[in-house]
Parts: sequence; structure tokens; C-alpha cells
Amino acid sequence: MKMHVKNRNVAIIGIGQTSFSSHKEDQNQAEMVQEAVIRALADAGLKIGDIDCIVHGNMELFEMQFAPDLWHSLGTGAYGKDEYRITTGGTTGATLVCAADNLVASGLYNTVLAIGMEKLQEGNTTGGITNMADPLWFRNLQTGALTGTTAQEMIDEFGEERAKRAAMRYRIMMDKHAMLNPRAHRRFGLEYSQMEDLMANSPPLVGELRLIHMCSQSDGACAMIFTSEEKVKQGTKNPPVWIRDHIQIHREETIPNLFGFNKPEVTHHYAARTLFARNGIQDPVAYFDVFEMYDPSAWWAVDWLREFFLLKGDEHLRMLEAGDFDLDGRIPINPSGGVIASNPIGATAMLRPAEAALQIRGDAGGHQIKKEVRHALASGFGGTFWSVLMILEKELNWQEVSHD
Amino acid sequence: MTMQEDHKDCFVLEGKMALPNQNFAGRLGSRFLIAIRDRKKIMGLKCNPCGKTFVPPREYCEKCWTKIADNWVELGTEGELVNFTVVRYGDRHLPKKPPYILGQIRLDGADTPLTHIVEGIDPRDVESGIRVKAVFAEKTTNTIMDIDHFEPV
Ligand SMILES: [Zn+2]
Repeated sequence: MKMHVKNRNVAIIGIGQTSFSSHKEDQNQAEMVQEAVIRALADAGLKIGDIDCIVHGNMELFEMQFAPDLWHSLGTGAYGKDEYRITTGGTTGATLVCAADNLVASGLYNTVLAIGMEKLQEGNTTGGITNMADPLWFRNLQTGALTGTTAQEMIDEFGEERAKRAAMRYRIMMDKHAMLNPRAHRRFGLEYSQMEDLMANSPPLVGELRLIHMCSQSDGACAMIFTSEEKVKQGTKNPPVWIRDHIQIHREETIPNLFGFNKPEVTHHYAARTLFARNGIQDPVAYFDVFEMYDPSAWWAVDWLREFFLLKGDEHLRMLEAGDFDLDGRIPINPSGGVIASNPIGATAMLRPAEAALQIRGDAGGHQIKKEVRHALASGFGGTFWSVLMILEKELNWQEVSHD
Repeated sequence: MTMQEDHKDCFVLEGKMALPNQNFAGRLGSRFLIAIRDRKKIMGLKCNPCGKTFVPPREYCEKCWTKIADNWVELGTEGELVNFTVVRYGDRHLPKKPPYILGQIRLDGADTPLTHIVEGIDPRDVESGIRVKAVFAEKTTNTIMDIDHFEPV
């Protein structure tokens, strides 16, 4: 049986972002959303009347705004249009892109606007994630992204010094990228010479997970416009970026308990090997020119690079230490500064393909990679290890996807 | 016939979630509140292409997406009660003790109604179509409650 057959090709033709900040008192939610939407429309050279359908996403508990898409319609332009709302936790933004891709690919709509937003300053994120848990009975513990487990596992596997230096090197690299991105929220101007100091003195959160390792809480929005190959052929203002394929892998949080202390395959690894296999990609490090990865913390980021690139042993550490993931390294990671720099949750996972697409277009500005970007990878992540992975392409020339 | 459901030995665990939240007025909404606070004036934003005047304020006309954020027009402080409900339950987050009238008032010069509290008339006697006027608060809270309420003219 054939599964996941793409009916027609879909391109990203418009991208709009707000700046990301913990202080947006000057805008209400609808105004913030509209800023991103207007930028995306301008980027695509379209008017709101050209949009057939709108997909809206955020975490409603984080703003305590019931049915936020209805209120935000002042800013989304959904008046008189078909509209869907998607809420899948941290992956929301990536799920929005998957949904928009599917809606256009199916033929239901020609041109779809997807909008991810979050205004965390107005709500209580921890209340929405952790306080609702009852770890003693069915509502399992949800720590969000605050966990020291990976730090300890990496220390056990690679030794304390090397593991700690790897996480901090990644963290400082992200800050160096964020310094080139004027929209990024946290831009500290860190230097590698501060590594030892930060490793010792950044306030510890859980074990060796320290404050400096963690992502921010940001306000902001991202909007993207998707259209069909037929529409692209009629002309686009900016070069189209093609969505080749995407995959979403979920896991129920208590599954590892079934395996005792033997960890099951990480969702990221399953997503990566499945996606690459069905697209005939043998060597992802060689194939891709950039990876915009959802990196909630520096420890997870380093660990997940091994999973996503299907690396073995300490290959990911050696690559990191050699500068392969730097902005102009072999396979640059998060030229935007990543989630560690900016985390407006409902928009965060959308920023990954949005930034990857800007890299393919050559329009990323100060954090543009110097070499040509033809093949990009983007990931989304959310609670209970949801993993979304997608492949973006500059040219519409890839091999037919295998579906067995 | 009523359905008999057996709930014996079906237990419930009480949740304890509390979610404090804020709601930013934004720069535009704050300007609207400042006009009420400092000048006792209620301002609307007009879309010239549509000929519609919106209150409370919004940056863009939701029909044609013209940017109207700078096109302020002064509205009357009186208007017509076009719709209402009577709030008959009390809760911590509500602005008044029940019962009270929550009305929608189309101010003179506006095309959209402003929702506010109507006093000075018995909830049993209120009806749509009456003329009401704004009564401004003596002390500011920098909220829409700088209009204390509306009452019949
Ligand atoms: Zn208009």
C-alpha cells in the first residue's frame, strides 16, 4: 500500500517575522500577529485577498485566551476565509507548516497562510505545562524543556570536561549566530574565552543544565505563505522554496517505562532515518547545506545532532570541536541563533523552516551562509518528544520519493 | 424516563491549576485609554475607503486591511444602547456585583458598539434603543473602567 503520496508540489513563497523580545507592551496579540502577516504578504507580493485559507497556531494556555484565532482574526485576515487552528505544543509552528503543505498539496486550497505566534509575557507558561501535571496519577509529569538528564548522560559517555565544553561551545556558537540576526531575542556577545567562566558560574538549573544553556521565553510571531507549483509557474516575487517532504513522530511519555531503563529509539532518530530513507539520502551531513534545528537547550542540541544526522559514537562532538557546525562550517546549524536565542513557542518551530527557506533564497541578511544553500533541513520539537523534520529544496529536481 | 447512571466507585482527582495572565492594551489601545483619562473623550478610528468608524480601536480595517491607526476621529460620549444582557452571577473577576446590565452602546459617530456597564435603570426596565451617556470615573485605573459606566440621558 502506498502511503504519504504528495498530490502536487508546494512552495514557500512568503515569509514574515516580527522581532523577538520579552517586552512587547506596545502591541496586543492581534497587532503582533498582523505585523508578521503584513511582512509575509509583502514578501510574497500578495494581498490578503489572494489567500484562500489560514492556519493559525499557538498554545492557548500560555496566553489564557480562549479560541485565540477568533480574536486574532483582526490581525490574521481570516475574515470571510476558511481557517484552522493547530496546537501541538512546541511543535506547533512545524505542524502548521506540515498542515499548510498538506492543504495545498491536497488541492483543497491554492494559497495558504500559516501563522505561529506566542505572547508569553501575557501568560504563565510553566502554569500551562508543569502545574497541570499530576505525576502521581495519569497526568504525567511535564517539565517542559528543563531537564538535566541529557547533561548527565553526556558526561557519563564522554567525560565531564569534554561534555561540558561541547555544550558551552554550542551555546556560544548560537550566541555568535544570534548576534548577526537583528530579530533574535537574546544577543549577549559571548566569546569562546568565556567558556570556563560560564561552565563554572552560570546559575545551575538541574544538575549541569545551567541558565545559560536554556532557551528564552519570547514574544513574537512568524507567518509563511505556501502555494502550488501551478501558481508558482505564473510567477513569484521571490524565488520559491520547495517543501520536499516532512515527517512527524510522536511518543507517549510513559513508553520508556515499558522498557525499564533501556531507552527506546529517540523520536528524532526514527524521524531522520525514515525521512532520509524514503528520500534516498544516504549521507545527510554531505547532502544538506544547513540545518535549522529546534534546540531548547545546548545539551539537547549537541545530543540531538547525533540523532538527526545518524552519527555514531563521538562523531557529533568531533564535528562540533572542528567547527563543522559554525556559520561557515561544513554543515551550519541555526544561523538564526536558534531557539536558545529566540523562543516565541507557537512560532518557534515555524521559524526553523522559515529561516532555512531564507537561507536557500539567500535572503537571511547578516546571518546568511556564504556558500550556496540548495538543500535545507528543519526540525520542530515539543513535549513528550514530538519530532517534526522537513526537507526544503531550492530546485524542483529531486528523485521520486519511495513509498514502501 | 430518566436514564439511571451508576457512578458508584468512580473517583475524581481535583486539579489545582491556576493560570495568572495579563492582557496588553498595546500602544494603540493605550492611546484610546489616555484620551478617556485625560480629556474625557472617546476616540474611534475611521476607515476612509469603507466609511466605517471602529471602536475600540484597531490598527487595520478588518474588512479592507487599510491601515487606520492614525485616522482618529472623536466620537460622542452619548449613543444608543443597541443590545444588552443582564449579568446575574457573581465572580471575583467580574467588575460589579450582580445583577448589572452589560450593554452595547453605539456611540454617536461610531459604526461598531462599545461594550460597557449601564447603570441608572432597573434591569427589568432596560430596552434596546434608549439613549445613554458616558459617566467618567473620578479616579483613573488606566483601563476601560476610566469610563465608570453609561446611564440613560
Ligand atoms: Zn476598510
